[in-house]
Amino acid sequence: MLKEQDKIFTNLNGKETPLLEGAKKRGSWQKTKELLDLGSEKIIEEVKKSGLRGRGGAGFSTGLKWSFMPKNTSKAYLVVNADESEPGTCKDRDISRYEPHKLLEGILLAGRAISASVAYIYIRGEFYNEYLVLKKALEEAYKENLIGKNACKSGYDLDVFIHRGAGAYICGEETAQLESIEGKKGFPRMKPPFPAGVGLFGYPTTINNVETIAMVPDILNRGGEWFASLGKPNNTGTKVFCISGHVNNPCNVEEELGISLRELIEKYAGGVRGGWDNLLAVIPGGSSVPLIPKSICDTIEMDFDSLRAAQSGLGTAAVIVMDKSTDIIAAIERLSHFYMHESCGQCTPCREGTGWMWRIMRRMVAGNIKPGEVDKLLDLTTQIEGHTICALGDAAAWPVQGLIRHFRHIIEERIVT
Amino acid sequence: MKEKEEQFSFTSDNLRKAKKSIEMYPKGREGSAVMPLLYLVQEQCGWVPESAMRYVADMLHIPHIRVYEVANFYTMYNLKPVGKYLIQICRTTPCWLCNSEEVLNTFKKKLGINIGETTKDNLFTLKEVECLGACVNAPVVQINNDFYENLTPEKVENIIAELSSK
Repeated sequence: MLKEQDKIFTNLNGKETPLLEGAKKRGSWQKTKELLDLGSEKIIEEVKKSGLRGRGGAGFSTGLKWSFMPKNTSKAYLVVNADESEPGTCKDRDISRYEPHKLLEGILLAGRAISASVAYIYIRGEFYNEYLVLKKALEEAYKENLIGKNACKSGYDLDVFIHRGAGAYICGEETAQLESIEGKKGFPRMKPPFPAGVGLFGYPTTINNVETIAMVPDILNRGGEWFASLGKPNNTGTKVFCISGHVNNPCNVEEELGISLRELIEKYAGGVRGGWDNLLAVIPGGSSVPLIPKSICDTIEMDFDSLRAAQSGLGTAAVIVMDKSTDIIAAIERLSHFYMHESCGQCTPCREGTGWMWRIMRRMVAGNIKPGEVDKLLDLTTQIEGHTICALGDAAAWPVQGLIRHFRHIIEERIVT
Repeated sequence: MKEKEEQFSFTSDNLRKAKKSIEMYPKGREGSAVMPLLYLVQEQCGWVPESAMRYVADMLHIPHIRVYEVANFYTMYNLKPVGKYLIQICRTTPCWLCNSEEVLNTFKKKLGINIGETTKDNLFTLKEVECLGACVNAPVVQINNDFYENLTPEKVENIIAELSSK
């Protein structure tokens, strides 16, 4: 269990002020100049040593990602992804509104690491009040010369701007996000070239999730080894889990990676409604990852590698809990509707396939399918998965695959003959 | 709030804000400011009329179609007038697990309108939206810029009463 002194987000519940005065008391902006003076290579080295993997869903090594940025470029950008839209996920919202200075200090340090001169925070449009808090914090940081020209008197210049999204899940995809900042529709770009080569406005760009960036100041302050000592090998550090659905006390909580799912739910979320034995299934990492039934939930540990081994994923660590009263087919049908609505329409397999999947799922809820259609649906998911520019197609396919993998008997029992 | 289109232009205050938004983007890339400028239009009119899209395009020296497609792609730009209070009910699984349908039905019943409709007094418009990103406080509804969380039918009735009397 995570010790109190090892917590990074000490104001995650928002009990104290998010603004500068309170943030400084909680440890922000204390040694920033010294950390900036380490220089790009040492910062990247320390973050590599920490083993930090991206907290936005894909779990790619952050230090490695930064090291892909070219060394001698006339201009580079940092983009911070606060377009939190993955169903089940609401951690970046709380970090943005309760710990904005952790984020801003992290942006400055990450910016230094990749030699960026400008950073954009892309916050989802619906988070208007969160945007206001972030804007206020940014104004404070500019006023105290923590951000801007000669930031923290380090000789390093970084400007930070906040760009508001306007209600498109796809803009959480990194290249769609770049398009959106450029004032276009959020159509994901073909890769390669990767953003580290050709990114925002054609310049090298790194895109990181809010939680990832907000962890950087603590990693540099306390050392990569400290972070690596938490969690499990290759799954180091702490993570904010969002526990929603059929639990007695839904919440966001920071814990070590590798904590057991059962402990997480029982210790922090007040347990499953009606007790652990009333559990049906859990979606462990946001809507895009396949669900796991109770038999797996009994023993699973919450980290990237354990969940992958269970044919699911840690994703954003959004734990959606469903008890035995849940119509599991309808729960996944809602997700299929989500992906149909959010498909940007650029690639045919996704644009047409998500609608096709949803229409079969909708009939499945009513039991109005022929027995062979379960396999047809499964086949359809594999024709979307891997055949699109971005991962939205995969994300739409996986929940349906998870449903069929673990609850095929329920689908088949419901068929009206 | 008028459905009939008239020639659009920013108020002097919004013009100042628009110029500030444009400064967020590099020189020669002013076209990037489409999204913040459309928000300003919406703040001023309550929705985004076509004449305003052309005004924004001309201001940024980009083709009209560039603004049309952005306004159409992003769901938060209202392409038709809406009521004074735009009620957006989250329908995605985490909220649905916590009885969002009951919340939706209460709004429908109390306001006497269906999804996509506006009350006769132009006070409320009802919309269903996908995940609002406040799942540990489900069920959630967004009304204009504010989130209303952990809702129950009783709370919904209170919200309607409160907004109606404002």
